Amino acid sequence: MKKLSARRRHPLAAVVVLLLALACTGGLYAAFAPASKAQADETSQSLTIEEGKKLYAVGCASCHGKGGQGSSDGPSLVGVGAAAVDFQVGTGRMPAATSQGPQVVKKKNIYTQAQIDQLAAFIASLGAGPAVPTKDLYGPDGADIAAGGELFRTNCAQCHNFVGSGGALTKGKFAPDLQGVDPKHIYEAMQTGPQNMPSFPDTTLSEKNKKDIIAYLDSVNSSKTVNPGGLNLGGIGPVSEGLFAWIFGLGALIAVAVWVAARTAKAKKS
Amino acid sequence: MSTNENSESRDERGKAPAGERVADWADGRLGIYSLAKSNMRKIFPDHWSFMLGEVCMYSFIIIILTGVYLTLFFHPSMNEVEYHGSYVPLQGQLMSEAFNSTLHISFDVRGGLLIRQIHHWAALIFLAGMFVHMMRVFFTGAFRKPREINWLFGFLLFVLGMFTGFTGYSLPDDLLSGTGVRFTEGAILSMPIVGTYISFFLFGGQFPGHDFVARFYSIHILLLPGIMLGLMVGHLILVFYHKHTQFAGPGKSEKNVVGMPLLPVYMAKAGGFFFLVFGVIAAIAATTQINPIWAMGPYRPDQVSTGAQPDWYMGFAEGLIRYMPGWEINFWGHTLVLGVFIPLVLFGLVLAAIAVYPFIESWVTGDKSEHHILDRPRNAPTRTAFGVAWVTVYMVGLIGGGNDLIATHFHLSINDVTWFVRIFFFAGPVIAFIVTKRICLGLQRRDKEKVLHGRETGIIKRLPHGEFIEVHEPLSQEQLHTLTAHHQYEPAQVGPAVDENGVERKIKGSEKLRAKLSNAYYGEDNQIPKPSVEEYKEITSGHGHH
Amino acid sequence: MSSQDIPEENLPAEQDHHAHGAVSVADEKNPFADPGLPPHEHRIQDIDERAAKRSERVVAMLFTVSMLATVGFIASYVTIPKDKAIFVFPIGHISALNFALGLTLGAALFCIGAGAVHWARTLMSDVEVADERHAIAAEPEVKAKVLADFKQGAKESAIGRRKLIRNTMFGALTLVPLSGVVLLRDLGPLPGTSLRHTAWSKGKLLVNMNTNEPLRPSDVAVGSLTFAKPEGVEESQEDFQNVMAKAALMIIRLQPDNIKDKRELEWSHEGIVAYSKICTHVGCPISLYEQQTHHVLCPCHQSTFDLSDGARVIFGPAGHALPQLRIGVSEEGYLQALGDFEEPVGPAFWERG
Repeated sequence: MKKLSARRRHPLAAVVVLLLALACTGGLYAAFAPASKAQADETSQSLTIEEGKKLYAVGCASCHGKGGQGSSDGPSLVGVGAAAVDFQVGTGRMPAATSQGPQVVKKKNIYTQAQIDQLAAFIASLGAGPAVPTKDLYGPDGADIAAGGELFRTNCAQCHNFVGSGGALTKGKFAPDLQGVDPKHIYEAMQTGPQNMPSFPDTTLSEKNKKDIIAYLDSVNSSKTVNPGGLNLGGIGPVSEGLFAWIFGLGALIAVAVWVAARTAKAKKS
Repeated sequence: MSTNENSESRDERGKAPAGERVADWADGRLGIYSLAKSNMRKIFPDHWSFMLGEVCMYSFIIIILTGVYLTLFFHPSMNEVEYHGSYVPLQGQLMSEAFNSTLHISFDVRGGLLIRQIHHWAALIFLAGMFVHMMRVFFTGAFRKPREINWLFGFLLFVLGMFTGFTGYSLPDDLLSGTGVRFTEGAILSMPIVGTYISFFLFGGQFPGHDFVARFYSIHILLLPGIMLGLMVGHLILVFYHKHTQFAGPGKSEKNVVGMPLLPVYMAKAGGFFFLVFGVIAAIAATTQINPIWAMGPYRPDQVSTGAQPDWYMGFAEGLIRYMPGWEINFWGHTLVLGVFIPLVLFGLVLAAIAVYPFIESWVTGDKSEHHILDRPRNAPTRTAFGVAWVTVYMVGLIGGGNDLIATHFHLSINDVTWFVRIFFFAGPVIAFIVTKRICLGLQRRDKEKVLHGRETGIIKRLPHGEFIEVHEPLSQEQLHTLTAHHQYEPAQVGPAVDENGVERKIKGSEKLRAKLSNAYYGEDNQIPKPSVEEYKEITSGHGHH
Repeated sequence: MSSQDIPEENLPAEQDHHAHGAVSVADEKNPFADPGLPPHEHRIQDIDERAAKRSERVVAMLFTVSMLATVGFIASYVTIPKDKAIFVFPIGHISALNFALGLTLGAALFCIGAGAVHWARTLMSDVEVADERHAIAAEPEVKAKVLADFKQGAKESAIGRRKLIRNTMFGALTLVPLSGVVLLRDLGPLPGTSLRHTAWSKGKLLVNMNTNEPLRPSDVAVGSLTFAKPEGVEESQEDFQNVMAKAALMIIRLQPDNIKDKRELEWSHEGIVAYSKICTHVGCPISLYEQQTHHVLCPCHQSTFDLSDGARVIFGPAGHALPQLRIGVSEEGYLQALGDFEEPVGPAFWERG
């Protein structure tokens, strides 16, 4: 300890303190950074409207009204269809927290798929709306990835970025990253237009179009996507590339320059 | 005559070694011995920050080497073709030949992707290196006489580098770069009177037309790099001619340069550094993807992706354009697009501000002598504060240019980020100026303290009568000299109101302005007078301190 | 404005320049005086031949590694297929060829540099030497000689005396670059009124970009977003890009009573409104439509427009509203344009008015 205090005025003390502070900040951030998301399991069961109604009364009615007619806290659910329920509840967006930010975000889903199906059946019984898509609609069979890419760039990339990494909207709202999102949920989102996302109904974006888009996304933004050039830096374009060039590129070169220019250790010191 | 000489040397020591004979041959035609006489053992001082310029030069050379390779495969054409290469998610898509050939380089030329990535990474590092190098020169006052012209050469290299980078970034004709080119069109259209015409001449008609890739190509590979190469050679010749600057220290004066000779030490260090820079950039290109144009897709003017940013060196301009309010004035059938034109002008003005600074400072000091000893930033508080304020404006621009990504990554509102940037464009540099100046003056005081009272060792001693003191270790003469070697100016006064003949003379406005500025630079509270010999002797003659 | 009006005493006093290395003892008169270059200290390699030998081996090893890396580069080039992907932790799935070529090339280059620098740092002399600087400005005699030579040359040319020659020469030199400027004229056509028109005209059907089919009003749901092009425009056409750069259309449907702007309502069809997709700021295809707020945001510079209120600007750098296309329904029941845009689309320009 005495040794430490004697060195606190050492010319290099400031550098050491700075490095320690940086390390601590990094550690704290790592400890408190938001944890990663969980995924819903996929089981299927028969559903009953009655079961759904009970679940609805407990989890949803306080905002959306007893009969799904809506209130000042939540929109009417008449006619939104089973697809909307499957998306909203399946991604954990609903039920929403009482105080929410600019938009309701994806979180851990608290219902089983069976319960979601029951809820969806109940809501669908209130008025006709898009049904939950079947696997052949969003599966990869027969999809044209290249056509999906063009459709994605026309309809989706403006908000979700060219590989679906997400992007900003007004006043704190944002289009989320699409990596790891269940293809079924992507399909339902296009169909129903959750929150501020516009809908892309089958009349303007056909079933085949949707299938192509999902296949394209799977090829460019999934955990098995090949990034031939190496680390993809978040797939968000030149900003992260610029930061990387400054911090790691120029940083490494300056470190090398310090070594090249530094004096070689003198004999008496060694 | 020459035969006579040759035969003489042969007579004396037989046949000269082969190397010497080649050198003799070259000397007879190029005069290389006289050239080498003054340069072979030329002295270069050692400091890591003096190698930042080399980082730039070497990345420029790497860019040229890899760029030549890329031209062997790139087709600068906007003809539409259908893609049939090996990247599946674009099969059968229509795209320009430029985009098609860039995909070909990335997927079907072995090593093509590596060279493309080295080229692009080296470009980002080149510009970043020039920025840091320029700041090093600025904050150490290395731009002072006799190096003002070289400062301008460097500045021009930075600006031309930005445009060379931008034209290169636009060549693949992908969705991201095409969006940038569309922005260029909009910016040109905003210019009063001539904008529409310049746009039509640049694009060969309406945007996008079929010409801009070919035109940007010749600008990118020939016109701008040609000028830059010339400037860089001039820059280097001047560095050689002026000899390098050095930091103050024992044995170092305005009349000498202390370091190690070009042959062999700097030949090995500087030559080796080229390979180190190339090696580091190659390793980055091996592991880190840059500009994945295949993921962005071919350009279509009706498509766009969010996160549409230019490369970092244009980020400052992007920021200006993002946080400018949408002002537009319509009059007599014309439109003045201030919302775009003001940022365009500001972009030039902010860059020009740093370029002309050396001339303003030399006017304020009125100093005509040569300066080869570098300033420590703290010893020029006003200059340092101005530099930090300038960097702050630049950084605020960069933040503004990435406002959408800052919003999504830190969960903020894009509108709030934009407002923050709007306010900080004005407030940031003022705060930075004041804070920096205070810090510099504080550091000057600390230096003075150190010179007069020695270094605080952190060792606490108890005196016989019970008092605790911290032991101060006196500085060596080397340190004393280093800390007091800097020049200090006196503030200029407005000359007497009467001339030598007693006739009242008119004091020009410029003279008053200069006196004011000079006072702001060197007035009482704007620099700490360095310790004088008398002060030092007075303190050290008494025994101990306190 | 020259330095003459600054009194001499305000300029920094010339430093006391000692010849380097001349003074090494503390100066009684001036404790701050330059003590001169410190004496050279030996590195361990200078006095210990074994250490020097070690350095030599390290340098040689680095150069050898470089050679091996180059061999590795060639081997990778020949053996690794260009489409082979590998998983490298923590980078992810990447091209094996790019990774191998880059690392071997990087190692080959870096080791040459590291070897050379290590050699310089440990084995080459590290004695610091001082070079004298020489004044850059010429001595007065030199200056006088040059000025005299110049005057003589000027006099011999008689440029000052024969003003006619001088003036005509300057005239000719000034005019001759004009040819170059004139040659630039054919870089492009004159703008004329081309920025005022788009491919839309009365009766052109609105064709869905996704399905390439003309749109019916019933296709467009409230809260949906659709992009359209004029009928007869195909991607394979040569002028497709130029056409779309102005004609791209964004179609949304609002509840008619949500539309605040009277003209917008008038130009819509059953709440279906068609706006230019080209931002009025600098021309990005604006289309970040928020269906609950009816705001549309530009991804490039964040201009925000309210599509329920005549697309007026509510945030950001755009200077005026998005142009609206007047639409109706054709006899066959398809959405059609009722004319071209009434104002120029895209970024503003001087002649826009």
